[in-house]
Amino acid sequence: MTGQPLSSALLAQPDLPWAALDPPPVLIPLGMTPVSAGFPSPAEDYADRRLDINDYLVRNPVSTFFFTVRGNSMQDADIDDGDILVVDRSIEPAHGHIVVAFVNGERLVKRLHRQRNTVALLAANPAYPPLELRDGNALEIWGVVVGKFKRIPA
Amino acid sequence: MHTSTPTVALVDCNNFYASCEKLFAPKLASRPVVVLSNNDGCVVARSAEAKALGIAMGVPWFKIAEQALQHGVVALSSNYALYADMSNRVVDVLSGFTPELEVYSIDESFLNLSGFAHLDLAAYGQQIRQRVARWVGLPVCVGIAPTKTLAKLANHFAKKRPIFDGVCHLDRLDETTRKQLFSETAVNEVWGVGGRITARLAELGIETVEVLRTADPEWIRQHFSVVLERTVRELNGTACLALETIAPPKKQIMASRSFGSAVFHLIELREAIAHHISRAAEKLRAQGAEAGAVTVMIRTNPFKPTDPQYQRSVTVPLAHPTADTLELVETAAAVLKRIYRPGLAYHKAGVMLSELQPAGARQCDLFDHPTQDARRHATMQAMDAINQKWGRGTLRAAAAGRAQGWQMRRERLSPAYTTSWAELPIALAR
Repeated sequence: MTGQPLSSALLAQPDLPWAALDPPPVLIPLGMTPVSAGFPSPAEDYADRRLDINDYLVRNPVSTFFFTVRGNSMQDADIDDGDILVVDRSIEPAHGHIVVAFVNGERLVKRLHRQRNTVALLAANPAYPPLELRDGNALEIWGVVVGKFKRIPA
Repeated sequence: MHTSTPTVALVDCNNFYASCEKLFAPKLASRPVVVLSNNDGCVVARSAEAKALGIAMGVPWFKIAEQALQHGVVALSSNYALYADMSNRVVDVLSGFTPELEVYSIDESFLNLSGFAHLDLAAYGQQIRQRVARWVGLPVCVGIAPTKTLAKLANHFAKKRPIFDGVCHLDRLDETTRKQLFSETAVNEVWGVGGRITARLAELGIETVEVLRTADPEWIRQHFSVVLERTVRELNGTACLALETIAPPKKQIMASRSFGSAVFHLIELREAIAHHISRAAEKLRAQGAEAGAVTVMIRTNPFKPTDPQYQRSVTVPLAHPTADTLELVETAAAVLKRIYRPGLAYHKAGVMLSELQPAGARQCDLFDHPTQDARRHATMQAMDAINQKWGRGTLRAAAAGRAQGWQMRRERLSPAYTTSWAELPIALAR
């Protein structure tokens, strides 16, 4: 590693994205309290960043996209009509993942079944039959669902 | 520490606008797609299928619409919200591959790869392609070379020649192959060699990259310019153009647009001009500058030769350089009144702010009002802050009007898939 800039040393590791090595940006509360002659706030040393829902739901912002769900075929997987899906393209789709897939000109949300030689897209609702994929069905796994959210009327 | 040879990569998105559209619309998968310029005027991007149909870049849509639609061509308006977000995502991915990057345009970035010589750079280029394709969903090509001009050219080879599989590392090619590529490529493919220079070079028998590369740089400077001399040196591997990682401040700021439908009245033109001034002045303040001159331009539609034609553009210097929207609007409105001719169908209006200088650099004179200036400055700051928070145009000069019927026509606009909650793509659960 000697004589090599740190950055390129890190980059030289093939599948370790730079993004994963950097900690997320932290907003430092600079000058939160003005200098004053009185007592400083006793809470000042505990100043911390407020929770941001993005940190909870989004692992990789550049590869994350949102989709709105329409329909109830995924209800047993806790995915309901109107939910907003968090879809991450940087995750390698695997057997059992819930995915957004483009099939025959449509965007679908399904569970990916991939074992031995069969590839199928499964619903999470007994009313919907599995979609078995044979040659001739244009299938593109667009991204992997890693979360969902919704608003509740109040 | 040893000095390493400079290495630059140019990463360019393939058919960027069309690729963005296809990414979210599975129905467009294998269909020819074109994207149209402002007001759905000309073709500015074509998918591979559209190129295969022979649709030319820049052709006015109305000229080919009928035939194109028969071939199943899908034409879309420019969806700037989508393209800007996707462009930023690509840049974010690319910045993971280099500590130094120049965003050259919405779909091109230069990456400094000097000091990466211990890596197999062609493989590194493939990694870049794969990661952008996986993470962002867009196809890119990579050209790698010792100079920016050569990297551009390498990118052209990567794009046009399937043998490179999307990545061309120029220095890894043997001398004969490189010479052959250069001999088969016309000079106008070289960065910065435009139509006029191409024609003049042709008169002197310089038609291919290889002939230009082997020309005497001194002779080129005498017969053309220092700029073209630099190009020749860059083609020979001597880096003359540095990576511009910070965009230099603009020398002029332009804002202009064609109208959605023809505009006849002075009052509507004045609204359009005030709107453009507002946008330009916002940019001016964002770069901490003041303008010393204002240009106003109006014209009728040159594509309608049967209509009476008129075009006029007038530049006026300002007594004091300013970044004040209200002052600039006032000046521009006065200029407009001078050049406006009634009874014509106006098609386009625009403004340019020029003679830019850093704000506050000027000296006071007899006619200055320092306190009034400070108040105006505060007003402008508040206006920019509000517009940034609540959306462009929330606060504007009254002269910019309210109706804005002259706004852009974008009848074939796809949803803002990634920037509007109301327009997210739908995933069907059925």
